[in-house]
Amino acid sequence: MKLSRLVEILEGTVLTGENHLDTEVKTAFSADLMSDVLAFAKPKSLILTGLTNPQVVRTASILDSAAIVIVRGKKPPSETVALAKELNIPIISTKYILFETSGRLYVNGMVGCVKKIGDS
Amino acid sequence: MGSTIDYEDSFPIEGGNFDEAGVVSLRVKSILKELGFPGDIQRRAAIATYESELNIISYAQSGHVRLRIGPHQIRIDAEDKGPGIEDIELAMKDGYSTANDRIRELGFGAGMGLSNIKRCSDTFEITSERDKGAHLKMLIDTQ
Repeated sequence: MKLSRLVEILEGTVLTGENHLDTEVKTAFSADLMSDVLAFAKPKSLILTGLTNPQVVRTASILDSAAIVIVRGKKPPSETVALAKELNIPIISTKYILFETSGRLYVNGMVGCVKKIGDS
Repeated sequence: MGSTIDYEDSFPIEGGNFDEAGVVSLRVKSILKELGFPGDIQRRAAIATYESELNIISYAQSGHVRLRIGPHQIRIDAEDKGPGIEDIELAMKDGYSTANDRIRELGFGAGMGLSNIKRCSDTFEITSERDKGAHLKMLIDTQ
């Protein structure tokens, strides 16, 4: 799925990374725990989260994530958006809750970057 | 690690400075990228560094991360001055954590860090002395 399609599905707003909307993303990881994102998310995946601090962006950059989707209509502070711009990580915000966001993407073909813990 | 070191650098980390969490790890990652290491190696080293950095910021007064790159290995040492790790075996268990609210607010402190470091490195050793500090030694094979 292209990020541009994701923005349509989530009725999202692109906060930074308009030039990355052609990026193809196949997998995602949803969590409000960055500890778990760091432990389980795979490279080139989306991170769906309700957290908005700059550490989310640093986590995404360390993991080579494709983009961050901020759920529940949360507005990230300007330093988060500025850092994402600097590190070239797109941020898309959506008003859907985490469950809805994940579900909408799943029915459109996106899958989890791991299915079950223990699978590689 | 062999006798030759191709690159060496050390980065200080201030305990309690949550705003800077991840800065050193991103530096390490960009150094490895510039030196031409593959993405997987960059990522594993950066994750191990990030977890170590978060530990120093969360629990210690101060510390540093030292990066040394040899012909066959990347070595990362995270040393801190602080309370140390009382029970290393217990600290290695997924979900065990003594994190405070501040680090949890940022989304960390879930007790996954040390096992995540173990997963990301080829060799991982922890030494700790009570009320003095902890030393995490991480090796990543590059060949």
